[in-house]
Amino acid sequence: MKILLPALSPTMETGNLVKWLVKEGDSVVSGDILAEIETDKATMELESPDDGKVEKILVKEGTENISVNTEIALLKVDGEEIEEIPEVSIEKSPQVSSNGSEPLTTEVNISMNSLLNQTKENSGEKNWSEKEISMREALNQAIEEEMKLDKDVFLLGEEVAEYDGAYKVTQGLLDKFGSKRVLDTPISEHGFTGLAIGAAMAGLKPICEFMTFNFSMQAIDQIVNSAAKSLYMSGGEINVPIVFRGPNGAAARVGAQHSQCFISWFSHIPGLIVIAPSNARDAKGLLKSSIRNPNPVVFLEHELLYKEKTNVPEENDFLIPIGKGNLIKEGKDVTIIGFSMSVQRILNALPSIEKLGISPDIIDLRSIKPLDEELIYKSVKKTNRVVIVEDGFGSTSFGSHLSYLIQSNCFDFLDSEIIKVSGKDVPMPYAENLEKLALPNTDEIVSAIKKVSYIS
Amino acid sequence: MNKKTKNTFSNEQLLKFYEKMFLIRKFEEKAAQLYGAGKIGGFCHLYIGQEAVVIGILSSINSEDTVITAYRDHGHILARGVDPKLVMSELTGRKDGISKGKGGSMHMFSKANRFYGGHGIVGAQVPLGVGIGFAHKYRNEKKISRVYLGDGAMSNGQVFEAFNLASLWELPVLFIIENNKYGMGTSIGRSAAGGELYERATVFGIKGEKVDGMNFFNVSESAIRAREYIEKNSKPYIIEMDTYRFRGHSMSDPGLYRTKDEVNKMKEIDPVLMMKETLLNDYNIQEDTIKDIESDIKKQIKDVEKFSLESPLPDLKELYTEVYL
Repeated sequence: MKILLPALSPTMETGNLVKWLVKEGDSVVSGDILAEIETDKATMELESPDDGKVEKILVKEGTENISVNTEIALLKVDGEEIEEIPEVSIEKSPQVSSNGSEPLTTEVNISMNSLLNQTKENSGEKNWSEKEISMREALNQAIEEEMKLDKDVFLLGEEVAEYDGAYKVTQGLLDKFGSKRVLDTPISEHGFTGLAIGAAMAGLKPICEFMTFNFSMQAIDQIVNSAAKSLYMSGGEINVPIVFRGPNGAAARVGAQHSQCFISWFSHIPGLIVIAPSNARDAKGLLKSSIRNPNPVVFLEHELLYKEKTNVPEENDFLIPIGKGNLIKEGKDVTIIGFSMSVQRILNALPSIEKLGISPDIIDLRSIKPLDEELIYKSVKKTNRVVIVEDGFGSTSFGSHLSYLIQSNCFDFLDSEIIKVSGKDVPMPYAENLEKLALPNTDEIVSAIKKVSYIS
Repeated sequence: MNKKTKNTFSNEQLLKFYEKMFLIRKFEEKAAQLYGAGKIGGFCHLYIGQEAVVIGILSSINSEDTVITAYRDHGHILARGVDPKLVMSELTGRKDGISKGKGGSMHMFSKANRFYGGHGIVGAQVPLGVGIGFAHKYRNEKKISRVYLGDGAMSNGQVFEAFNLASLWELPVLFIIENNKYGMGTSIGRSAAGGELYERATVFGIKGEKVDGMNFFNVSESAIRAREYIEKNSKPYIIEMDTYRFRGHSMSDPGLYRTKDEVNKMKEIDPVLMMKETLLNDYNIQEDTIKDIESDIKKQIKDVEKFSLESPLPDLKELYTEVYL
C-alpha cells in the first residue's frame, strides 16, 4: 500500500516531513502514528491506514515542500502484493494543483515581490533591513511589535491563544504576552465583539479576531451600530480604537457559508475604515497603522494569501498610511484596479494581457475606505480605460460604486465603458469546477481588457 | 410601610438623593411637555416612575465607577451629574446638547462623568458594559462597571453571551435589570418563560437578588451589598429591580396594553413621594427644607427649558464632523 502525503487542510498544497516515527521494517497497526507533517496551519500526525509492515520510506525526514499526494512510504499489508518502485528524490516538487489546471492560488510568472520592489513607494530612500516572509508572519510581526509598544493593545478571539490561531497568524503571542493580553474567547461573536468595543470605548485598543469574517455576521450589529457610530452620535466624546481582523473571501472548497467577501458590506458604513491588503509587506505596514488608528478598522485578510511571501521591513517604524493605494505596475493603455486576492488574479492574467500588446497600470487599492481617489483618477485620465476586478458578488458591490466614482470624476477622459469583473451572484458552490467558475478568472479579465480596448 | 432601613447616610446626603430624584421627575415632565409642543422629536423614553432605581444605585457608586444603559437614559445621565441644560439641549437637538445635537434622546455620553451611553439597540449595551468592566480589570482599576438593562433585553441572546464572559473572566460588573414589566407593549408574562429574570444569570455562576425598585432605601441597601460582594470576590453580580414606568414606552405609546387602574395602583407607590414621606416621617426632616429643594429644582427646570430652546441649531458643517477621528 502506498502512503501518500495527505491534504490536511482545505488550503494545503504542500507539506514538510518533520519527522518519521517509524523505520523500515517496523510493524504497525492501523492508527499508529507514522510521521509528523507540517502543514500551512499546524504540525499534524500521519496515522497508518492499515495493519502491516513499513516496507520502504521514500521521503527523508526534513524534506520540505512535498506536494500533496506524493508517495512518501510503502506499507506491506498482509495479503497484498507490493509493486517495486524506485526511490524518488524530492528536491522541490513541481507546482501543480490537484486537478492539474490553473492553480487556485498565486503561482504567477510575475511575482508580487518583484513588482513591489520596483514601486515608487519601495524603491525610495529608506535603508531598512528587509526579510522575505509570508503574510501570516507579517501579520504576526505587526501584532507583536504593536503589543510591545503599547500595553493597551490586546488580542482576543476564538483559538487565538492556546491553539496558536486557527490560521497560525497569532502563533506564539500567548507565550510572549500572557493570558491577560491574548485571550481565547468562547464561540460567542456577538458577546466578545461587544465586549471588545466596550473595552475600546473605555480606552483600550483591542484586536478582535474573527476566525473568518463569515462569523462577524453574528456580531455585525455591534460593529455597525456600536463601533462605527459612537463617535458621531456622542458628538466626538466616545471614540472606538479597535481592529477587527481575520480572513475574508473565498478560501478553497469550504462552501457557501464560509466563502464570502464582505468588502461591500463594511465599506458601506460611515465610521468604519476598511483595509484589504494583497501581500505581506502591505499587510504588516497597514495592520500596524490600523492598530494605531483611533477609529474602528475592519482589516480583511485572505486565507489563500497567508502563505505568500514578499520582502518585509523588520522595523518598528514601518507603517503604510491608511488611504493610500499602490500603483504596482505602471503602463499606459488601461487601468486595472484590484484589492486583496483580486490583485493576484490580475497578475495571473498579466502575461496574457501583455501578449495582446497592452501595457496596463495596475492599482492595488489596499485601502477601500478611505479610498485613494487621486491615484485612481490620475491613472484613468492617462489610460482612458478601466477594468475593476473584485471577488465579491457583483450585485450592488464596491466595484459598482468605484465605477460610479470614476465615471463621475473622469467622464470626459473615458474612451470606453468601465467593466467590472466580479464574483458571480450565487452562493459559493462546493464543487471545485463550480467554485472556480464563481470567482473572477483570467479569461474574464482578459476579455474585459479586450473589450475596453476594442480588440476583438 | 416605609420602614427606616439600616443606612449610614447623613440627612444632608439623603436630601441630596431626594433632590436628584425630584430633578429627574421634573426634568422628565418638562421633556414630555416639550415633546408635546413639538420641540423634541423622534423617540423620547421617559424615566418617570423608575427614579428610585438610578438614585439608589448612585448611593453605592464611587465617582470613578462607570455606567452604561440603553435608550431610557435621561435619568441616568442626570444622576451621573451632567448639567441638565446640556441634556435637555440634546433632546431639543441643539448645538449645546451633550452630543452637540447629533445623538438625540437615546445617545448621550460623558466620559468626564463616566457615563458611556445611551444605546438604542436593546441588549447591545450589555456586552459593551462588560467590556468596560474588562478595561477596569485590565488596568487594575478599583472600579465597577454598572450595566443597566430592561426586562425586554433579558430575552436577547447577546445578553447571555455577556453574562457568560463576565463570569468566566471574573469581571467587576454589576448588572441591574430595570424590570418595569413591559418590553414596549409586551408584558413580561408574554415574553419571558421560566422564573425570575435575574435567575437567568445565576446559571452562569453570577450571584444576584430581586429588590423592590420603587423604594430608594431598599435599592440602596442592595446596591451597597452588591458593591461589597464585587469588591471582595472580583466577580459580577446582578440585581433585578421590581419597578414600573408611569408613562408609555415612548412618547408615542398609546398604552393600550395595560389598564388605567393598574397604572394608578402603581402610582400609589410613587418612588419620589415615598422617599419624601420617609424623610419627613422617619428622619426628622422639616417640610420647609424639602419645599425649598423642590422650588429650587422647579426654578432650575425653567432655566433648563429656556436654555434648551434658545441654544441654536447645530452648524450645518457639523454634518460631516466626527465621522472619523
